[in-house]
Amino acid sequence: MSCGHDHQRRQFLSRGAALTAAVTIAPGLMLYDFARARPSGEPASSAVRWGMLIDTTQCESGCDACVRACNKENSLPGGTLPTDPQWIRKLELQQEGTGRRISLPMMCQHCAEPPCVEVCPTGASFKRADGIVLVDKHRCIGCRYCMMACPYKARSFVHEPVTDHSGATPRGQGTVESCTLCVHRVDQGVAPACVEACASEGHQAILFGNLNDPDSAISQRIRSVASAKLRADLNLDPGISFVGL
Amino acid sequence: MTLRWAGLWRMALLLVLAGPLAAAVNEPVLDIGQGGHCVDDPQFMRLNHMKLLRHQRDETVRQGIRGGKYSLAGCVDCHASKKNHSVLGTDQNFCQGCHVYAAVRIDCFECHSSTPRRSIAGEVLK
Ligand code: SF4
Ligand code: SF4
Repeated sequence: MSCGHDHQRRQFLSRGAALTAAVTIAPGLMLYDFARARPSGEPASSAVRWGMLIDTTQCESGCDACVRACNKENSLPGGTLPTDPQWIRKLELQQEGTGRRISLPMMCQHCAEPPCVEVCPTGASFKRADGIVLVDKHRCIGCRYCMMACPYKARSFVHEPVTDHSGATPRGQGTVESCTLCVHRVDQGVAPACVEACASEGHQAILFGNLNDPDSAISQRIRSVASAKLRADLNLDPGISFVGL
Repeated sequence: MTLRWAGLWRMALLLVLAGPLAAAVNEPVLDIGQGGHCVDDPQFMRLNHMKLLRHQRDETVRQGIRGGKYSLAGCVDCHASKKNHSVLGTDQNFCQGCHVYAAVRIDCFECHSSTPRRSIAGEVLK
């Protein structure tokens, strides 16, 4: 990438503060920043690191709009049996002692040091330059090592033949899959489906953006409120942080 | 005379058999859907689409490069039959027809959609 382009990009990104997380341009289409759609032909860049900030104080108990949106976007069957693929789970937690309850969506944490990638024998699990952790299903042999290695139980094995190919993500029996951060949308400059669904449900529990840009809405918020990463002791540096844990 | 008749019968039989056989041996009859100008020379595509798609899939999945000249979804967009909106289904459908003819198993559509992108809820997904 040329310096000129880099400069342009930074200029675009710095406008992110004005064009924050949820700009609706048409029903069902939300941009977090028009300029962030990567031009076609350009690879993902490590100048960007995509992440989320999940505010458990805004996440409503019992609401599963994000889960439904994810299932619809990626044509997941939507079951919750141990053998059903689930890319997001809604968790309802209660603190021992105080009895305080919180509710949160749980998905792949898009670790900077992902153990799923480390154990994968085929190179199918990989981290894209912009921090999105994916399974290259062309290479996945379904050994499920990554499922064992992931401390967040974020991955699912596709047990059944896939008949519904209408979703945005190609899926197939015998491979492992997990949240893609809606990479197909992100590459077009559109926020992930769960983020959009949460906002249109009237909640603002999920903020999506570029963690590498100090001026992005997510970076500003992470600077101003207390947030935490799940199992920070494991030093996996997840891209997902939580407020109000 | 018997001999001459037998000879004629044999010729007639050969002609009847050879007609349909000749068509079947030459080329599969394909429904090319919308068709139009292919992204590259059709004969080049016939010979090389598998290599081009394999190269493109790695670039797109692993590096995030979108909008390339060659893409499976692009093939499907142009070549889905107008009858069943798919590149699969019968031995006339674009992908299935040729792969059956060439006896090459096609795995793509175990995961990928065999219908054009715009037919998905009316949205262009890309
Ligand atoms: S949360 Fe699990 S699947 Fe996601 S990157 Fe981390 S280890 Fe891999
Ligand atoms: S199941 Fe697939 S992605 Fe996971 S470790 Fe095995 S080959 Fe890699």
